[in-house]
Amino acid sequence: MIPLLRVFFFVCIVRPLIMIIIGLNVFDKRRLPLTGPAIIAPNHNSHLDTLTLLSVWPISKIDRVHPVAAADYFLSNPAMAWFSLNVIGIIPIERQKKDPLDDPLATSSEALERGDILIIFPEGSRGLPEIMDSFKSGISRLAERHPDVPIVPVFMHGLGKSLPKGDFVLVPFFCDVFIGEPVYWQGSVEATMAAYKTSMESLAAKCDAPAWE
Amino acid sequence: MFNLFKYPQLVTVISAFIALLLFVHFILLPVLERMDPDLELDKLASRIRFWWVILLGFLVGVIVGDKFLLILIAFICFLALKEFLSITPSRRADRRVLFFAYLTIPLQFYWIWIGWYGMFVVFIPVYVFLFLPLPMTLLGEPAGFLRALSLLIWIVMTAVFSLSHLGFLLVLPDSLNPAAGGIGLAFFLIVLVQVNDAAQFIFGGITKDRKVIPKLSASRTWSGLIGGLGLTVLVAWLLAPWLTPFSSIEAIWLGVLVAITGLIGYIVFTAIKRDLDFEDRGTMTPGHGGILNRIDSLVYTAPLFYHIITYLYP
Repeated sequence: MIPLLRVFFFVCIVRPLIMIIIGLNVFDKRRLPLTGPAIIAPNHNSHLDTLTLLSVWPISKIDRVHPVAAADYFLSNPAMAWFSLNVIGIIPIERQKKDPLDDPLATSSEALERGDILIIFPEGSRGLPEIMDSFKSGISRLAERHPDVPIVPVFMHGLGKSLPKGDFVLVPFFCDVFIGEPVYWQGSVEATMAAYKTSMESLAAKCDAPAWE
Repeated sequence: MFNLFKYPQLVTVISAFIALLLFVHFILLPVLERMDPDLELDKLASRIRFWWVILLGFLVGVIVGDKFLLILIAFICFLALKEFLSITPSRRADRRVLFFAYLTIPLQFYWIWIGWYGMFVVFIPVYVFLFLPLPMTLLGEPAGFLRALSLLIWIVMTAVFSLSHLGFLLVLPDSLNPAAGGIGLAFFLIVLVQVNDAAQFIFGGITKDRKVIPKLSASRTWSGLIGGLGLTVLVAWLLAPWLTPFSSIEAIWLGVLVAITGLIGYIVFTAIKRDLDFEDRGTMTPGHGGILNRIDSLVYTAPLFYHIITYLYP
């Protein structure tokens, strides 16, 4: 029942919305991993980021793709929690540790062991539209535990213009999605994050978007 | 299904074009690919896709009624407006103003739907022109106001106002064109424009000689222009008795006009893309860009064609 609902939601609502209203230009689509385990690490500008990224995979693959999302936001009320967990398929993560012994990455780590594809936004929150924030090191800490799992950097442009944080009026603009070469565990958290950052910056440089000041 | 027999000549012409396109898509294109794998066929493939949309759109339009085509043309206006707004600079503060720019499309096509030509023809040049600045003053900021406003008005005028003349052709009365109605006129215009576009591009590619505008475009040459003009006139002359009320002489002159104004449209839009430092994004990516490349000529020919037909056949 619920997988059917998920397929219905993506086929009938999300994909038409993204393809018709927004319009995607995906660069280097062949770099997108179709099977897990893998960590997809995009920049974060808009609520539409997750749904847009999920539209890039063929519909038969999305049951193995799970966005990692903040528990305090997406599980804040029962309706949203049900929708986030069952339809979007999020893996909740605690942003604030309640107990110092808690392992916030445990659920993500288990998902990687099952061979799932995780979407993790290293910026943490959406922040200012179309401006890259500093990256949090969660992806590297996962890579440390799973050194064979690739981190795929993804740079997206346009959704921050279409639906930025704090606004509810959707204004259609094209969305460009640039997929980078995978980054693996580099021996230390700092080195891995640096490799990821370099890759994101080179992807951002490929996108010559018009001025938006 | 009733309408299928209303314009038998139009159905015949569309079927003939579909047969031709099947040949190009499934025989010519693979053969070209086989012969020379280095040949850049993206542009040809993009044209073929657009032809499929046109032919199947018109076929469905003939069957279910021209209101369907009106919606399709409104949707093409939406894609053109979205592409234009996505490739031009805009101000953060004007984000919601652009939402109002999108709202002009349903209104403009509502005027067409109810056949109110008086409002259709002044709505964007007068009312949107005068009142779109209002949300921009309320939501936006003074720095760069005039610049942003002028750009937005130009975009809405071309992508919505000019292009929507194609829609008004659809609602012209049948008495004006007993052979194939307004839908036949719209089809005639789109076919001429696309034939001219493709022919100028292909002839220009085969013979490399003096360029029409060397500063702007490497692909449009004088021989391309003349070859395109010849083929457009030929197609206009052949199709006119099937689809339009035009006499042979009128059809030939129309072919000449479409070839020249189509080239003007191409040149102006090439200049825009050059200014934005943005060459042929539509063929560079497999995604949703490229609609402007297909409609640049139509933006110029659609209003002209509309006024010529209503002048000649009032």
